[in-house]
This record gives sequence, structure tokens and C-alpha cells, in this order.
Amino acid sequence: MMTKYTEDHEWIAGDGDVVTIGITDYAQNALGDVVFVELPEVGATYSKGDEVAVVESVKAASEVYAPLSGEIVEVNAALESEPGLVNTSATEGGWFFKIKLDNAGDLAGLMDQAAYDAHVASLD
Amino acid sequence: MSVDELLTTPLYDLHVESGGKMVPFAGYSMPVQYPLGIMKEHLHTREKAGLFDVSHMGQAYIRSTDGSDPAKIIEELMPSALAVLKPGKMRYSVLLNDAGGIEDDLMITRTFEPEGSLYVVVNAACKEKDYQILEEKLGGRITLEPLEDRALIALQGPKAESVLSALAPEVADMSFMEATMVTLEGVVCWVSRSGYTGEDGYEISVPADEADAFARRLLMNDDVELIGLGARDSLRLEAGLCLSGHDFDASTSPVEANIIFALGKKRREIGDFAGGDRILAELASGVEKVRVGIVPAGRAPAREGTDIADSDGNIIGKITSGGFGPTYGAPVSMGFVPAAFAENGTELNLMIRGKAHSATVTATPFVPQRYKRKQV
Repeated sequence: MMTKYTEDHEWIAGDGDVVTIGITDYAQNALGDVVFVELPEVGATYSKGDEVAVVESVKAASEVYAPLSGEIVEVNAALESEPGLVNTSATEGGWFFKIKLDNAGDLAGLMDQAAYDAHVASLD
Repeated sequence: MSVDELLTTPLYDLHVESGGKMVPFAGYSMPVQYPLGIMKEHLHTREKAGLFDVSHMGQAYIRSTDGSDPAKIIEELMPSALAVLKPGKMRYSVLLNDAGGIEDDLMITRTFEPEGSLYVVVNAACKEKDYQILEEKLGGRITLEPLEDRALIALQGPKAESVLSALAPEVADMSFMEATMVTLEGVVCWVSRSGYTGEDGYEISVPADEADAFARRLLMNDDVELIGLGARDSLRLEAGLCLSGHDFDASTSPVEANIIFALGKKRREIGDFAGGDRILAELASGVEKVRVGIVPAGRAPAREGTDIADSDGNIIGKITSGGFGPTYGAPVSMGFVPAAFAENGTELNLMIRGKAHSATVTATPFVPQRYKRKQV
């Protein structure tokens, strides 16, 4: 399965037009202990760059932006009772939502693992 | 202000070495958290003992110029019973402006000096302003000597007593809001049994050049962890304690801020302090808005600036402090509501990102305070 990344530290995993989105380990580490995640409604549509979710740590609230345009088809209900999954399992159990992309071809424009690793390295 | 221009405390090297995430705060570079993280730092403090660098706060001596009681003089600007303070006793008070608004809150301690001089601790962000107000209003009658060469270290939590009394057994006998001179590891320190977490604990004023070694000595005890400003804020929020400039500002009276306990019993009858007319009138006939504790029903934290609405959707107030309470296990907030909505149990709505979330007015502290008060 292909995983892509954004500069805002989201990961996008999937091969078809439905992809799973979450935040990276770098992001969860920077945020600190996550205590609440506000997820979008299933069926809602977002354009690339729209605020689609909010992740709250003890200290602050941070917006998550839609990395690509599409319709929400599933959200991770487990985060409601266990938001700490974002910290303990950022790239697996801590996923945020699944989105059906308007144009799966847009995935090609996102960073691959090597490019994201270089991006993170440039921040430290 | 660029990072280069930030001031540092005597514990700066220790913070950096310990992995502290340094952020600008009140003109200082301060640790918001360490690798442990805010949640664990918070819980550790409630369970064992946390060491906080609060050296950015303002420490000063206040003396009178004519040998009279300086406490009597500063009572003109502070509504607490200060003249009656005996050596080694301290009080929480507020610095009032002529309109009865709170410029800052502060701790006032009577020292053991024969002249009855006072030791005060004020908020970092307010120290220049506070000193200026005191000089302006009382100058000529008092002198204010900022103690720039002293660090301030808070040791808070249920293990604070065992940790500190291992170095000086006499601190175990102190009660909440008492202070004394103690020799710790050969260094003469001014120690008070007080704090800003709701827990038992101490604040220790240490000569700046001894602070690093002293903090490291305390950290050798396995019960002690370094705690950053993030957990300091969540701890004081759970304890229902006001943050100056947030839960009150220069327009807010002590009655509105719901800190009437800071008013001396006799003094609140006479009103012999700045803004006394307003405060007496408010005590007699009530206030339009008052600070209350507010617990959101769901998991979404309601942070500072969140609008408070009634059940019909009318905006009636604002959250002034809010976040997640790690010990409470849910979000907690404080904010101002009209007096008619101030009763515990009142249902409110919090407008978080445009959506109404139900919430309930709830008594503070959210987590019981565990001060070691004098047994009577």
C-alpha cells in the first residue's frame, strides 16, 4: 500500500480512490498528549486545504486540513473514547478518517516517504 | 521580541540539558514541558513531587521610609488584612487600581526583620507594572527593592514535605501560608509553604548562583521531576486558581473574580482601600458578572475566549481559562457569567468552533486542594 505525506504532517494511505488519513509521528510528538479529536461528519465534502478536523492536546488546539478534495466515507470512532491513540499509534490505530477522493490522480502530487523524511529533517 | 532578546533564569542550562521545550513567556525563555510531557508531568505532581522554576516571577522587599509598618501603607492598594500579619505569616492579596480593578495578584509575607519589612512575590508579566504602581502611589512612604539576584523554585505535591525535610527537618513543621529562613545544603533560603497547584508544597527563594546546584540536589530524589509551564497551568486550573491577566484584568473587581476570601473581614466592611466604594457596593448588592467553574459535558476542551451562551443561544459570557484536566480526567474551564447563571448546576452552552456544546456551572476547585493547614 502506498503512503504519501503533506508538509503539514498528515499521512495518506491507500491505493484506490478511498484513502485513510492521519497525522504523522512527528506531528503527534510535537503536539504532545492528545485529549480530543474533532472529526468531520461522514458524507461531508471538503476541498483541498479546508479545515477538516481539529486535534487538541493538553496545551492547544490545532487544525487538520484536507490534503486533497473528496467526501468523508468513514471516521475513526475509537478516537472519541481514546484520543491518546493518536500518540501511541499515530500511523495505525490513531487514523482520523477515510476520504473518497474526487481525483485519485492528485495523490501523485504529494510527498513520498523519502521526500517527507527530508522535509522533517529540514525542520530540526 | 526575538529569542535572542529573551531573559533567562538561573536554571536555564538545567532546562535545556533536561530536554525542556523552551518557549517565550513574559519576556523569559521558559520550559513549557520536558520529555515526560504535560499530562505525565501534571499527574506526577499530584502523585509525588514536581519541581517548577518560577524564577521569572518578581520577588521584592517592601519597607517603609519612616519606620512605620509598611503593611499598613500597602493596605491602601490591597484589600487583605496585611497589617495584622505576624513575622513568618503570608497572605494572598490583589493590587487594586482606583476603580477597584485587579492590576495583579500577589503573595505578601512578613519577614523576621525587626522593621517588619515585607517580602512580596508578583507575576512575571506584571512585575514592572506592579512596581511602578507601588512607587507611583506610595513612593516616598515605602521603598521597593527588587531581588534580582534570587531564583524561585516551587516544589509541589504530596512528597514535597519528605523531599525537602530530608535536607532540613524543620520544614515539615511549617503550615500552609507560613514562611521562614532555612539553611538548605549550606545555603540560606527563604522557604514558604505555599504554591499554585492545589497541592501541599513549598516555594523556595534561593540565591541565583546557588539555584542550579540546589535544583539538581532536589532532582536526585526519585520522587522529584522537573515540571514545565504547561502542567503548571493545568494544575492551577484544576485547583480553581486565577491566572492574572486572564481570569481577571484591570477592569475586574475581586468580587467579580470571586476571590472574596482575599478581602480582610473587617476591611470588607469599611472599604478602606483603592476602589473601596465599588467593592463595598458590589458586596452589598451583587455583581453583574462573576467568575465560575464550568465543566463541558463532552470531551472537547473549551479554551480561553470561548463564548458562553444560554439555552436560547444568547451570548452571555466568555471562558477565561480552560483546557483538559489530567487529574479530573475531562475538560474543565472557568469563565464569567451573569449572576443569574452563576449557581452550581446551571446548564450553559459553550460555543466551540461555532457549535454549541452543553456544559454545567460547577464548584471549584475541580480537584480537592490538599494544603497542609494548621491543625486547630
